[in-house]
Amino acid sequence: MTVNGEQVSREVEPRMLLVHFLRETLDLTGTHWGCDTSNCGACVVHLDGRPVKSCTILAAMCDGHEIRTVESLERNGELDPIQMGFHELHALQCGFCTPGMLMTTRALLDENPDPTDHEIRVAISGAICRCTGYKNIVSAVRWAAEYEAAQKGG
Amino acid sequence: MQTPAAFEYERATSVEGAIASLQRLGPEARLIAGGHSLLPMMKLRLANPEHLIDVNDLAELAYIREAEGEIRIGALTRHVDLLNSDVLARHYALFRDAEQVIADPVVRNRGTIGGSLCQADAAEDLSAVCTAAKASVVIRGAEGERVVGMDQFHVGPYMTAVGAAEMLTEVRLPLRAGAGSAHEKVERRAGDWAIAACSAAVWMDNGQLGDVGIGLSAVGLTTVHLTRAEELLRGTAPSDELLAQAGEIAAADCAPTADGRGPVDYKRHLVGVLTQRALRRAIARATNQEA
Repeated sequence: MTVNGEQVSREVEPRMLLVHFLRETLDLTGTHWGCDTSNCGACVVHLDGRPVKSCTILAAMCDGHEIRTVESLERNGELDPIQMGFHELHALQCGFCTPGMLMTTRALLDENPDPTDHEIRVAISGAICRCTGYKNIVSAVRWAAEYEAAQKGG
Repeated sequence: MQTPAAFEYERATSVEGAIASLQRLGPEARLIAGGHSLLPMMKLRLANPEHLIDVNDLAELAYIREAEGEIRIGALTRHVDLLNSDVLARHYALFRDAEQVIADPVVRNRGTIGGSLCQADAAEDLSAVCTAAKASVVIRGAEGERVVGMDQFHVGPYMTAVGAAEMLTEVRLPLRAGAGSAHEKVERRAGDWAIAACSAAVWMDNGQLGDVGIGLSAVGLTTVHLTRAEELLRGTAPSDELLAQAGEIAAADCAPTADGRGPVDYKRHLVGVLTQRALRRAIARATNQEA
């Protein structure tokens, strides 16, 4: 499979879940392993461009596919606008849900560059922030959307 | 850490190949598509297949198209694509109603209609949707295909008409004049299973209910098909009194159990209300009078 643009090839047990493959085999520990039951959304990565919960996908199912993790957001030392938004508007407290939130909302902005607050809330309805910092997360996504629009406009 | 017990994995490259693998590997083999029902069950050891046959590469099973007076949906069509389908929204609006409240957007990127129907969980929404829509499914085996109506599809809790070494490949929805449909669900929190849900479809004919389909989620051992309420309404001009009667029948004919989602009397009451709401909305849509 391709992970963050790099071709990787490993022999794994069929039962190995994608989240463990990323964290333990590839040492990409940015993806968090949370509830293990596809409820919390901490483990969200992109599979062929769509956000998915990596605790409920077998690593073997991703053979031949493209995976993108939170580690790929920062490029050449520059944060992705969604990361900048989370930073600017204090959209993380303990940070556990953050990797999943970032990947879920990055995918939202890729598909819908100008989402309403409601659309943002729907998009993250499968992601749980136990610090309950949802308001700031929604504001951060709006910040990123406006930042990206301004960059394009400028 | 929750990890499934060990199993062998293979990937199907054709429907025929998947069926041949099921035949070769026997009853301990299972197909896996989205995996969002099967993998959680495997983690909990509620399912322990020895072989998984991954069908995610069978792109020929991912489609929604109109053909021969039907809408045909490939088994590998994912929830997100059902949600976004304009063809479905135009002819069977209840799909979009349901897909907005099935799990969450990220889960909907993986789960498939074939997987949902074959899981046959009584609390699952699409089984009620397809029951109300009077859908049929195409089941393929080594000997060929057969078409089975939703009435014959559920044979027990988590059990369907899909036999050993068979695969559900397509869902067919009849295109009929005067159609309107709606799905009404109440859940404890966003993305949860239903406390109760009602799917309704109507086909209006000169101001009368030419035909009616009603299915309930989460209030029985299997999806509940409300045949008695359908019979009451068929051939009548809809009125508040009739819809209220249909709601009463729905509350009586379901079989909920008390659990963390509520006691039996609450669930029966809910079913009565949701059935009326779903029917009212379906009729409003069929007659272009939706508020």
